[in-house]
Amino acid sequence: MADSIRLQVSRYRPEEGSAPTLQEYDVPLRKEWSVLDGLNYVKDHLDSTLSYRWSCRMGICGSCGMSVNGTPELTCGTFLADLAPGPVRVEPMRNFPVVRDLVVDIGDFMDKLPRVKPWIIRDDEPEPDGEYLQTPEELDEYKQFSMCINCMLCYSACPVYGLDPDFIGPAAIALAERYDLDSRDRGARERLDVLIEHEGVWGCTFVGECTTVCPKHVDPAGAIQRYKLKAAKESVKAFLLPRGAR
Amino acid sequence: MSETEVQPRAYRRPVSTWWWLEKRSYFVFAMRELSSVFVAWFVVFLLMLTYAVGRGDDQYQSFLDWAATPWVVVLNLVTLVFVVLHMVTWFNLTPQATVVRLRGQRVPAWAIIASQYVGLAVVSAFVIWLVTR
Amino acid sequence: MTKRRVEPILWLLFSAGGVLAAVFLPVLVVLFGLAFPLGWVTPPSHDHLHAVLGHPLTALFLFGLFALCLAHWAHRFRYTLYDGLQLKGSKGLITVLCYGGAVLGSVVSAVVLATVV
Repeated sequence: MADSIRLQVSRYRPEEGSAPTLQEYDVPLRKEWSVLDGLNYVKDHLDSTLSYRWSCRMGICGSCGMSVNGTPELTCGTFLADLAPGPVRVEPMRNFPVVRDLVVDIGDFMDKLPRVKPWIIRDDEPEPDGEYLQTPEELDEYKQFSMCINCMLCYSACPVYGLDPDFIGPAAIALAERYDLDSRDRGARERLDVLIEHEGVWGCTFVGECTTVCPKHVDPAGAIQRYKLKAAKESVKAFLLPRGAR
Repeated sequence: MSETEVQPRAYRRPVSTWWWLEKRSYFVFAMRELSSVFVAWFVVFLLMLTYAVGRGDDQYQSFLDWAATPWVVVLNLVTLVFVVLHMVTWFNLTPQATVVRLRGQRVPAWAIIASQYVGLAVVSAFVIWLVTR
Repeated sequence: MTKRRVEPILWLLFSAGGVLAAVFLPVLVVLFGLAFPLGWVTPPSHDHLHAVLGHPLTALFLFGLFALCLAHWAHRFRYTLYDGLQLKGSKGLITVLCYGGAVLGSVVSAVVLATVV
């Protein structure tokens, strides 16, 4: 194994106003080093002006998502040895405005997420003492969709979101499904009213890349198609049944 | 649009018209969507066949002759490729899009896919029997 | 109360057409597109085919097959033009051409199928 590998890192400095450029750095190639370790080496030893986000280094905080050789990845879980001999192209996540270097503006996602009300909705009055109980089977129903860490790799992989930023997007819909499937929740109707809009589920053309890139195997693409079926059933009911019965 | 103010000088990467050539998976997706054009073409082809059959034996024979001309044959070969692409992708995506339960148990993906191929075989056999008996 | 929306209905028609196209079209393309014209298999006689097509059940089924396959095309092709070619600017025109084409095709299907029944 060679003892170094070249990173081609996208640099964008808003004060200079020009489009991003690639800057090259040679970093040590070690078996246990991830792309994020390579970036940290650059920051510590080669170029302290490089900006990027990271936190936990163990694939759970969802901060270090970037485009590695064109694919959306968590850089803490993508290993340099697997990309040898390189060079490794590191760019900011696609489909988001770039603030500086590898840092993107995630404001759009932060605005969209609460729109699907990703929390347990109840209207019990008064609230019961203690917890709402749930069986292991009921937990299994939604567990897969609850693994989302909001890393936004799915938004970065989604061509529909890239073309139409109004699309509410994969993770938000998967999280809506997570709460819909939760036996303790009563908010399915409220979420449906948001997702049945054109910017809700209908923009999705089932490219499926969101599911492919998801580091937590959440399967947003599957969630969206199931939501379409759910929305379609409700709509047919709305057309067929008299008002009172709906 | 976003309610959060985007940094005034944030950089937005433009989306190329040829974005679907950038990745293999995007290209397969684009071809899958394009298959719908060939689905529509074959409906037109079957309508022309039906029309010819309705107008008598001579018209039916000349339709078959026309359908054997090279460009129609090539078009229908391409149609077959796209229709098979549609079939395979449709069957493969079904278990992702629907949850099927039997006696409370979730039916595994492979079983859903396999049952669709069984359905395809039954339908194909019936059509062949009906047309050629 | 769910608002009445046309998008979910279009999606249902698209899906139904997708299932029918996947199950019925491969065998029909092989038989009528290739095997019969090229003589791999002896084509059915005119009388037999006329009798099959003329049966009301066949005609009714074919009408459903054709109409739903066209609805499938209209829906998918609309998004292909939107996203693939980024023609969102001419949204209205594309919508009219795609779904209008499917409706027109369905009417033509009904007329043509009626000529053999």
